[in-house]
Amino acid sequence: MKSQAPTTVRPTSWGSRSQTIFYIAAALIALVGLAEATYLTVLYLSGETAVCGGSSDCFQVLGSSYAKIGRVPVSGLGALAYFSVFSFATFSVFGYARARTFLTWTVVAMFCMTLWLLYVQAFRLHAFCRYCLFSAALIFLLTGLVVARPAAERT
Amino acid sequence: MKRFLPFIIVVVVGLLAIGGGAYFYRVKRSANPALKISRTEAAPSGEAVHVLGPADALVTLEEFGDFQCPPCGRLSESINQLQKQYNIRVIYRNFPLPMHAHAKEAACAAEAAGQQGKFWQMHDLLFREQEVWSHSKDARSLFQAYAGMLQLDLSRFRNDMDSPEVQQQVETDQHRGAAIGVKTTPTLFLNNQAVPPSDTDPNKLPALVENAVKSTKPSS
Repeated sequence: MKSQAPTTVRPTSWGSRSQTIFYIAAALIALVGLAEATYLTVLYLSGETAVCGGSSDCFQVLGSSYAKIGRVPVSGLGALAYFSVFSFATFSVFGYARARTFLTWTVVAMFCMTLWLLYVQAFRLHAFCRYCLFSAALIFLLTGLVVARPAAERT
Repeated sequence: MKRFLPFIIVVVVGLLAIGGGAYFYRVKRSANPALKISRTEAAPSGEAVHVLGPADALVTLEEFGDFQCPPCGRLSESINQLQKQYNIRVIYRNFPLPMHAHAKEAACAAEAAGQQGKFWQMHDLLFREQEVWSHSKDARSLFQAYAGMLQLDLSRFRNDMDSPEVQQQVETDQHRGAAIGVKTTPTLFLNNQAVPPSDTDPNKLPALVENAVKSTKPSS
């Protein structure tokens, strides 16, 4: 990516501006997700259990075997994914075309993972965790932006 | 400069995330330090007991508790603070009362966590979340969720909860309590002296412990 020259497509000034707004919005949403996922990862690593205080559903989800893959917490993978989205969105703002492709595929992968985690919560654990739902909402927002993007670029 | 700007932004955010996470981790660890003097040791009679604090502490507080008993829950945090403040020795023994539907299962959950070296973590968690699991129809699945949060081996935890060793441990504690006249919870013994039930209160206990520490301190 370092050697790649920026290849910004500027159809019109409005198109360019709307793209910039789109990528900045994606980067900001990813930042919120990164903060939340980092928070959960740190609590996991420090052995903190007060994170769910009073919510049995939260315990059911975060204490389940689905909350980690091997020894890695899913929140840690989420932090990595959000950071990737932030990075790709930032590079996209500056016109790196390949970053846009990476951004799309990363968001698609996160969307699929979110669907799987929602399925697990609804049908296997029968409990929903507020942190997971918040993260799901962020990823739906990101997906919405990615889906809406071609229309914005056409204008 | 503009060419390097995205790299700078990404690196700065990455460093902030890692640095912030590391700082938050340190804060959390210092607020909840790992239990350094916590162990399960064999009593002279042969049974295992859960001990917090140094073996040569001037004051030993022995509690017969029931994880579903609300006064025990209210007392739990107070005892933890006293242990840290005066470096006393705390011994916890299970005394699940028959009127509490999930008390014995909770005791078994704590003992099963103890099999993986996390008795006190489960002890604290059970008392802190008492209000939730006490009213749950499926307390057992919550205990498993707590075990997951404590990063225990879940299949081992499930097996241990039903194992004869764990059941035996809970019953041994109960028999010991019954043998020395324990009828209710929490029942406390301060240096082997029974604490009057009216003093087993988070507001009154600190003064009793403080007096016990002062009276046992060498005069020199």
